[in-house]
Amino acid sequence: MTDATVQPGAEGRPAKSGSLLEQDARTKRRNAAEARFKFYGMAAVGIGVIFLILLLVSIVRNGVPAFTQTFVTVPIYLPEDKLDKSGVRDPDVMRKVTTFGYAPLLDDALVKTLEENGIEMPFAKPAKLRDMVSSSAAAQVRDTVLANPDLIGQTVDFKLLASSRVDGYMKGRVTRESLARDKNLDAEHLDIVDQLHDLGALERSFNWAFIFGSDASESRPEQAGLGVSMVGSLFMMIVVLVLSLPIGVAASIYLEEFAPKNRWTDLIEVNISNLAAVPSIVFGILGLAVFIQFAHLPMSAPLVGGLVLTLMTLPTIIISTRASLKAVPPSIRDAALGVGASKMQSVFHHVLPLAMPGILTGTILGLAQALGETAPLLLIGMVGFIASNMPDGVAAGFLSPNSAMPAQIYEWAKRADPAYYERAWGGIIILLVFLMTMNIIAILLRRRFERRW
Amino acid sequence: MYDSPKSDSTVKHAIKIAANKVQVFYGDTHAIKDVDVQIEDKTVTAFIGPSGCGKSTFLRTLNRMNDTIDICRVEGEILLDGENIYDKRVDPVQLRAKVGMVFQKPNPFPKSIYDNIAYGPRIHGLAKTKADLDEIVEKSLRRGAIWNEVKDRLHSPGTGLSGGQQQRLCIARAVATEPEVLLMDEPCSALDPIATGQVEELIDELRESYSVVIVTHSMQQAARVSQKTAFFHLGNLVEFGETSQIFTNPKDPRTESYITGRIG
Repeated sequence: MTDATVQPGAEGRPAKSGSLLEQDARTKRRNAAEARFKFYGMAAVGIGVIFLILLLVSIVRNGVPAFTQTFVTVPIYLPEDKLDKSGVRDPDVMRKVTTFGYAPLLDDALVKTLEENGIEMPFAKPAKLRDMVSSSAAAQVRDTVLANPDLIGQTVDFKLLASSRVDGYMKGRVTRESLARDKNLDAEHLDIVDQLHDLGALERSFNWAFIFGSDASESRPEQAGLGVSMVGSLFMMIVVLVLSLPIGVAASIYLEEFAPKNRWTDLIEVNISNLAAVPSIVFGILGLAVFIQFAHLPMSAPLVGGLVLTLMTLPTIIISTRASLKAVPPSIRDAALGVGASKMQSVFHHVLPLAMPGILTGTILGLAQALGETAPLLLIGMVGFIASNMPDGVAAGFLSPNSAMPAQIYEWAKRADPAYYERAWGGIIILLVFLMTMNIIAILLRRRFERRW
Repeated sequence: MYDSPKSDSTVKHAIKIAANKVQVFYGDTHAIKDVDVQIEDKTVTAFIGPSGCGKSTFLRTLNRMNDTIDICRVEGEILLDGENIYDKRVDPVQLRAKVGMVFQKPNPFPKSIYDNIAYGPRIHGLAKTKADLDEIVEKSLRRGAIWNEVKDRLHSPGTGLSGGQQQRLCIARAVATEPEVLLMDEPCSALDPIATGQVEELIDELRESYSVVIVTHSMQQAARVSQKTAFFHLGNLVEFGETSQIFTNPKDPRTESYITGRIG
């Protein structure tokens, strides 16, 4: 009874505990520490997001112009007496007329275009006008004529690539001031460009050749494209996938499920983890020594690139595969062994299917890493190679010299012409699109397999 | 009070498993010391004892599940129908088809109910045709006392069942390979009392066709379902006998202390 008479008040409690409605000093300090930590966390995330936005904005701003190109539409008369003297349209005879034979036609056509549109001709020599169009223009006309000899004798509208300086002027990269120090183009050219642009004969349009075309020599940035090196990357990725997935998965399954746990397997484990941290250029020099100098595989070939990147991707795949095998609950293995399955049956029927999403994700991320790798390709000669022709056939795709996307981008970034700088950024956009696609595929596969049960 | 009404100790059954001087080592730890036990056919034998006494370890030696643990070593002999299962010529996979196992936590495969049951018969080639397999699946699910609950959804995932249903599915999966002995490692410890009741009833029915060995923490359960009981303590088999005798008139003071709640 005496207990009940004690009032629940200040004297009822030990002096130490105050009212619950007020925070004591210790609680206040703890809450403040928590608030501070939350702020640090948010600040860290915020800084990360800002960097990401800066990166994306600068890539898009610098790279998007690479996807458009300036073209000049010029009606060109194709005279029979110059292009096919015999008049029988024999392709072998017509091929004897080189691009030098086509260049005067271009000059005539440009002069005529100026005359017809009432634009004053500022130069003494007509050939000077040709600086406005790409040096590939004559070849373009020639290819068209050889492909379609019936055009001879007619006047045909050609959409010619403008030279990189004209293109730069249209994109704001080249100004009249900067031309003062540039002997490739004069301010008078720009007057003509302005007037042609007003007439609609010169305009910027989307440039598919940048995505699907081939690389060009240093002096023709307007012609360069990423297509051939994209094919090089594709063949490399095929090699990487075909080699690293089975080897990596087999090694992981053996190490994780079958190998006895002893000093040797520990040593192997440590070494695999360390391999994942080896700088990629080391794999490059290993590839140079083993695959090219010792095994005499061809230089600059996607096969060699793929082999080197396989070495680099294997540790990634092994580590992620082992992690996903470990994540399969042991009760599933017990269940399989309990009904009399052998070790291998329990692994292949039950453990592996459950680990599959993790394995696939790891593999795709490994491939994405390999796709973006440049350093090892430097050493086996895939950088600096001018990938100007598509490989003819699958065997050539693996064995003939080629470049790869990141190597091509690096190569462009090295070149002096600012037009190539722009193309390097554009190439990075394409590379990022590929990487993002692969990541999205990884996420989708993961979701799809996990939803099944 | 621990009287077992279903006990039919008067009937003598053949000896299914005989363990002679079994020792189990985990590295340097001597986990099972000198265990001799004789397990009868068509009988439920319960292993009881405090945690860590070695009863689960001993159970796993009976179908060589402990082979999967690298540091585990077994000495002595365990005879199944007179053949030593630790003989070099014995393939543990064949042994496990004869000695099925049900685990503490229900562990159905993440596949359909049908595939859960059909997996064992498939890998052992017990069914020639699809119809045979269907029959085995139905028979096993009926024996697992779960057929009526799942017959309309055989192709939905086994992991979608409730805990008690999952455990009965696992029992059905274990009997699908036509084993002769069924080992159960605390099969009811993850189940609620109602599911436990169902599983216990099932165990009693299974006794008609199999020799059942069950490890349990619950002495009431041992008393309810078993005819023979073995009490393990610190790796020793302290006492083995009729369940009714162990619970009413234990011979060893340690058994008495345990069943009256003084140790364990």
